[in-house]
Amino acid sequence: MAENRYSIWSLLRNAWSFHENWQAAWRSPAPASEYDAVIVGGGGHGLAAAYYLAKEFAIRRIAVLERGWIGGGNSGRNTQVVRSNYYYPESARLYEDSLRRYETMGRDLGFNVMLRQSGHVRLIHDAHDLEAARNAANAALLSGIAAEFIGNDELQRMVPCLNLSPTCRFPVQGALVQRRGGIARHDAVVWAYARAADMAGVDIIQQCEVTGILRDGNGVCGVETTQGTIRARRVGISVAGNSGVLAGLAGFHLPIESSALQAMVTEPLKPLFDSVVSSGRIHVYVSQSDRGELVIGAGTDMHPSYAQRGDFAVTRETIRALTELFPIFSRLRLMRQWSGTVDITPDRSPLLGACPLPGVVLNCGWGTGGFKAIPTAGFLLAHHLAVGSPHELAAPFNLSRFSEGRLIDESAAAGVAH
Amino acid sequence: MLSIPCPWCGSRDEREFSFGGEADRNRPRAPELLDDEAWANYLFARRNLCGAARYRVCHSTGCGMWFSLQFDTRTHAAVEPRPLDGNEEGETP
Repeated sequence: MAENRYSIWSLLRNAWSFHENWQAAWRSPAPASEYDAVIVGGGGHGLAAAYYLAKEFAIRRIAVLERGWIGGGNSGRNTQVVRSNYYYPESARLYEDSLRRYETMGRDLGFNVMLRQSGHVRLIHDAHDLEAARNAANAALLSGIAAEFIGNDELQRMVPCLNLSPTCRFPVQGALVQRRGGIARHDAVVWAYARAADMAGVDIIQQCEVTGILRDGNGVCGVETTQGTIRARRVGISVAGNSGVLAGLAGFHLPIESSALQAMVTEPLKPLFDSVVSSGRIHVYVSQSDRGELVIGAGTDMHPSYAQRGDFAVTRETIRALTELFPIFSRLRLMRQWSGTVDITPDRSPLLGACPLPGVVLNCGWGTGGFKAIPTAGFLLAHHLAVGSPHELAAPFNLSRFSEGRLIDESAAAGVAH
Repeated sequence: MLSIPCPWCGSRDEREFSFGGEADRNRPRAPELLDDEAWANYLFARRNLCGAARYRVCHSTGCGMWFSLQFDTRTHAAVEPRPLDGNEEGETP
């Protein structure tokens, strides 16, 4: 079991023994033959779901099955952005719930997730951007989420190195800001939930790939894995870009296309700015990590992919946009470039809840915006698995919205050129 | 850069093409006879295969023609382009 509390005292105590006696933050048990609930996917969402199942729904025997290492999928590949400034009330409620959970996560889980709420800045380049931003701001305000317009003076103060000259290829006229938006350390969020779930009795089984889904007359009854057969009547699927693969094992298709979403980091620099700066128009966003690296995000690649390796065409366009906005970045070295496999739905809103196989609950379709939703997505998956029906925050995002013509079209609302 | 073979223009850079979905998705011949679920199935459901499958591709900033292509979503291997003749068989997933 993990160390109960991290504190200055545990730090001093362990310094005394040269830091050789820290306890593992989670166990690596062999899987049992049966659990009350199994979560497939050991990313932030899956681990959070397992934690809430144990802590808030008092489910006893829970396993998280991860084919690789926990947080090795999109949870370890994202650009760490947290915000809740979405358009539709259903979305705003969901992401705002998540942002609030982020605000107390460190204290709740006893683990520093390095949340920095220094603002999410959405640049406005022209009259069309301004109109879209006004629309988005009004939508946010109607949902009780703060939205603030700033002019170039304030923008230059917040982001000194931003090119605000009128001769910039895409001149900037100002920005729409969510002050409570920002970043959190992605790996820390995974580890915080893993440690807390383990302390609550969850078995975290890594290097365990689900290769088949077993069913009987009542629905799902277990999974086949590379570590043997595991029986369970409640199975949560939280595998992001691989949702289609798992659905295929369960015998149905999803309205999801998997694609590569790239990110990259530069060499570390001294602190330049502390907000997240984003341009939907020219498709780049950037923040500076606590280590000083610029973390740069892009749009998805233009074809389906599971390769976790984006194409250079998108990398080039992203850097082109970045260096136009921040000329002083043009001489920096890129240290790393990588991709995650994102599960894109037709309306770019998540897909939560029941599927054609009874007992299996989906948590997918988060696409390019899953990191900010980790706590709430986990809670909602746990709720549905434990209670047998969706929480009111999750209900609008069900699979039947597509046949009911009730899409929650955040793709248009994002103001990003797709 | 990813190169994609167009049946008419030969191998061109990926930026000249747009992907148009899985090649075996065909518009139902009598949509008015389908119920909501079947229609939504045609519009939205995808095989979304990890591995090789055929996709419709348009050489949008080249010759503008549509064709089908075998594309592997794991390796990005793009091979066997074939013109579309309008009589493609295939079931909607």
